Amino acid sequence: MNELDGLKKTPLFELHNKLGAKIVEFGGWAMPVQYSSILEEHRAVRERVGIFDVSHMGEISVKGRDAFDFLQYVLTNNMGKLEPGKIVYSLMLYESGGTVDDLLVYQIGENDYLLVVNASNTEKDFNWIKEHAQGFEVEMDNISSMYGEVAVQGPKAEATLQKLTDFDLKSIPYYGFKEDIGISGIKVLISRTGYTGEDGFEVYMAPDKAGELWEAIMEAGKEYDILPCGLGARDTLRFEARMPLYGHELDENTTPLEAGLSFAVSFDKDFIGKDALLKEKEEGLKKKLVGFEMVDKGIPRKDYEVYRDGEKVGYVTTGTHSPTLEKNIGLAYVKPGLAKAGEELSIMIRGKANRAVVVKTPFYKRQV
Amino acid sequence: MNFPDDLLYSEDHEWLRVEGNRGIIGITDYAQEELGDVVFVELPSVGEEFKAGDNFGVVESVKSVSDMYIPVSGRVVEINEDLDGAPELVNEDPYGKGWMIVVEMTDPEETSDLMSASEYEAFVKESE
Repeated sequence: MNELDGLKKTPLFELHNKLGAKIVEFGGWAMPVQYSSILEEHRAVRERVGIFDVSHMGEISVKGRDAFDFLQYVLTNNMGKLEPGKIVYSLMLYESGGTVDDLLVYQIGENDYLLVVNASNTEKDFNWIKEHAQGFEVEMDNISSMYGEVAVQGPKAEATLQKLTDFDLKSIPYYGFKEDIGISGIKVLISRTGYTGEDGFEVYMAPDKAGELWEAIMEAGKEYDILPCGLGARDTLRFEARMPLYGHELDENTTPLEAGLSFAVSFDKDFIGKDALLKEKEEGLKKKLVGFEMVDKGIPRKDYEVYRDGEKVGYVTTGTHSPTLEKNIGLAYVKPGLAKAGEELSIMIRGKANRAVVVKTPFYKRQV
Repeated sequence: MNFPDDLLYSEDHEWLRVEGNRGIIGITDYAQEELGDVVFVELPSVGEEFKAGDNFGVVESVKSVSDMYIPVSGRVVEINEDLDGAPELVNEDPYGKGWMIVVEMTDPEETSDLMSASEYEAFVKESE
């Protein structure tokens, strides 16, 4: 276990070890990748309920007189859509239009926001926003260490958590949250959000309460056969739902327009990277993210090359065997002309061209 | 974890069952557990020849892609075609229904380079 020395550990680390989780490095953290089986954990979330430790996520507080104006400037989405208790998904861009990170913005109160960012990007994000705060009256704090976080996801997520609180969870809409409610007597912030394509909640609590809350949720979920789930299942679940992962679908060389995330970009305001995106719109995209399904055997993987008629036309960002569809599927950046369902592609797997076809995404959409 | 006595083992976590000049090859219980759910296996064609240590196939789990290395030199005479539709056999029965290939060994003396069950068990414990 020496390779885990020096990594950051969540407040639930010991508990994962006790549960026999396989631990891996992820963005500088020692995280559980699976407990029993990625396929079983994946199915638990699609069919019942699963619980994830996501305490590694970064939390940055932004408040002060100009907090709204400042976030309008550093983020792509329109903060005007928010009010206290609401959440919006946004991107943060470089001047070039490339992506610093994707994140959630929780509006706590007037000019008081909480940004929830990718674990591996926390420092970078914090420095980025600090560097761009000149001229704004804002205070920002990296308060990541003040929170433990668990995600409870799946069709039985609400029923599981409802057993632990008098607060009516039905009153929290999708991308809404509630602060200072008790779950099993522990004070939490709870939001109806997630990264799985299922209904579910993300629950933030003081780090020293994380273990107690985890145990209470596991107990409440017993009747639904709740399973602890690792990063492996989190990745296959988000991938089937076509939710991007920084370092795969997003990085400093990809723009939200290429990634198909224009719903999170508001051109009605000024923001860092806007000029680059406007230029990109005018000149046409260089690449576009598509979903594809293998026709031949073989599993596509990140960075495999994509060909068409003997010419390289793109690269795979994520690929695996889809546990829900039981097919080998992937996401890839390709030349925009090929971004249509039915287009034929070749995925290079170990030096051999394997046929694939572009399909509509998301690969999986839950029936509401 | 299971280490059957009648098999030989390589440092790359393959096992070999010797039957005359034929060798049956698969991956160990330890290997399948490290990989997790196996979802795809790529095997060579019957007739292909390999030298000990050559990469003869690929086993993929949900998250990872791993090469398999042949523990002895030989010519492939059979492959486990059941793995095509049921790669999970590698997890369920790594020493039985999850076998990979059968070779006709060209240099049976190479088996002396491989580990016994107890040696392999010690090797695995050490690497943990």
